[in-house]
Amino acid sequence: MVERYVRPEGEIVAQFDVRFSRFIEPGGKVVCTPLPPWADDSGVLIPIYRTMLQTRAFDAAALKLQRTGRLGTYASPLGQEAIGAGVASAMREEDLLVPSYREFSAQLWRGVTMTELLLYWGGDERGSDYRVPREDFPACIPVASHCCHATGAAYAFKIRRQPRVAVCFLGDGATSKGDFYESLNAAGAWNVPVVFVVCNNHWAISVPLGRQTAARTLAQKAIAAGVASEQVDGNDAIAVRAAAEFAIENARSGEGPRLIEALTYRLGDHTTADDASRYRDAAEVNAARARDPVSRLHDYLTGTKALLSAADEETMSAEIEQEVDDAIEQYLATPPQPASAMFDHLFSELPQSMLDQRASAEGEQDHG
Amino acid sequence: MAEITLVDAVSQALAYAMRENENVVVLGEDVGVNGGVFRATNGLQESFGEERVLDTPLSETLIGGVAIGMAAQGLIPVAEIQFMGFVYPTIDQLLNHAARIRNRTRGRLTCPMVLRAPFGGGIGAPEHHCESTEALFAHIPGLRVVIPSSPERAYGLLLAAIRNPDPVVFLEPKRIYRLVKQRVPDDGEALPLDVCFVLRPGDDVSIISWGAMIHDVIAAADQLALRGISAEIIDVATLKPLDMKTILESVNKTGRCVVVHEAALSGGWGAEIAAQVAEHGLMSLLAPVKRVTGYDTIMPLFKLEHLYMPSIDRIAKAVNAVMEFA
Repeated sequence: MVERYVRPEGEIVAQFDVRFSRFIEPGGKVVCTPLPPWADDSGVLIPIYRTMLQTRAFDAAALKLQRTGRLGTYASPLGQEAIGAGVASAMREEDLLVPSYREFSAQLWRGVTMTELLLYWGGDERGSDYRVPREDFPACIPVASHCCHATGAAYAFKIRRQPRVAVCFLGDGATSKGDFYESLNAAGAWNVPVVFVVCNNHWAISVPLGRQTAARTLAQKAIAAGVASEQVDGNDAIAVRAAAEFAIENARSGEGPRLIEALTYRLGDHTTADDASRYRDAAEVNAARARDPVSRLHDYLTGTKALLSAADEETMSAEIEQEVDDAIEQYLATPPQPASAMFDHLFSELPQSMLDQRASAEGEQDHG
Repeated sequence: MAEITLVDAVSQALAYAMRENENVVVLGEDVGVNGGVFRATNGLQESFGEERVLDTPLSETLIGGVAIGMAAQGLIPVAEIQFMGFVYPTIDQLLNHAARIRNRTRGRLTCPMVLRAPFGGGIGAPEHHCESTEALFAHIPGLRVVIPSSPERAYGLLLAAIRNPDPVVFLEPKRIYRLVKQRVPDDGEALPLDVCFVLRPGDDVSIISWGAMIHDVIAAADQLALRGISAEIIDVATLKPLDMKTILESVNKTGRCVVVHEAALSGGWGAEIAAQVAEHGLMSLLAPVKRVTGYDTIMPLFKLEHLYMPSIDRIAKAVNAVMEFA
């Protein structure tokens, strides 16, 4: 009888770990110490909390507008507010946000206005002409394609010796795409100052994470590219900010790119054109609600540390309500662009050969 | 002054642009120490350093994509895709982002990039290296598509493309990379974009072409001249936006129009030209517009490619047909 060949085990040439961090659990209790030094600084945490509340209030209003036919198809960020707010709070003004399409909290933090967001989702390009973060990228709809832009912008920072960092947000589904990996790989090879934030909300429209990949974590995908990575509880704003602060300052000091996988849950439908009850259990969604990032930070802030009083919170909510109302009013009062707007920014200067097309569009509008 | 080839003219323009503007960076596969597989970036890394002449990982989507990120930050990236057959993954980047970022941000962010790629058949290259799919790019609103036909034009048009504040797809006909030599002064003089060039005036027929085919068109026109047929040759040069004014003026004069391209017939850029001649120049036509093109087949491997690509004979026959029509 022929003996079965037993191949010798090779020597281990590389080993990797993926670390997970969480400071605050549902209910606001601290589960990991030491906390970051700013964890009892209301000057740091209240603005984060405020941005999360703003995002939530904006979202509720946007959904109402969509359902009453005054907004286009819209992607709700419900349940993911801590990631954008936490990460953006660790960015400098001169850093660059390269967002996907659900990062309202990061965008609001950086100065994109609610009116601009409504204009964009209401079908008007002017919504991406941000008055404040002039260099930030607009929302990227083809998932992961914008990862390349973040790596490219970071390359520009590097060769100009600018101490700036590009921060790119993407979802769990986007990590299945080649452009995500190509961007991560090049960022590692070139050692450029970029941070990728994967908002793992566990659903890419109807496909759950388990069908998206066999990888146990999404953070480990960075390991293949030689890029440092970690996993955090994305519904814990303190854990998010701590990880982002480390990654961003690391990148700024020339230590290279980093990836953060932030675990969260998409509490709403993919977009208003989707009905998530077709493919996921209410029980799963209800369980996820118990991990809600807004109430968690609220419980922490109003708990033993008493960083937020009931009166202050009431004032804050009233201000936000007014802000949302004003934004809606301004959005609804914005006259549509003329037909010629289609031609205004196609090129720096409209080619001669297209003048007749513009005239034709203008004529159409005049007679419309 | 020595005469140089088309590929040398590309290098000369790149070096001039990099000297002229420190924001110009060159990136692509093997563009650095190797100087590009066709040597189009030869010597650039030595002169301008590794940061400005960047070897990328083997990632075509990335090459187009990082160029957009660089361009939005004010660099002027000139990206090389090694062969047109490998450009398709990054069409996503060109179509979804490069072409529209100015429009979608109302001019807040712009994309002053150039994407260069060698294209076309005739050099016995392997599969996926020889197609002519310029019409794919020309169809995309917001992109410029430029194709040089000579060393002089490669130099002037590439400089213009690099100085243009919008994205340009610059397709280099590799069959003529080293076919002809010209004196090309390194004076930084750009040629105009968005215009067709009348290469040779004529009275009887307008032959419209671009890239490597221009040389076969010239050879055909020489033969036709011996038989007393005077052909006007137009080098389209910028396919999009298309300068129909020059083409229509020519057709108005000659009354006959033959379009010659290597690419497949249906939906090729010749179809656009023929349609516009029909729309705007019908009454000047003495004969139907004729197209001389590749077939609607897969471009064959190189043993048959000479039968696929329009020959001097096919061009001459098409001209004869329109001459005989009226």
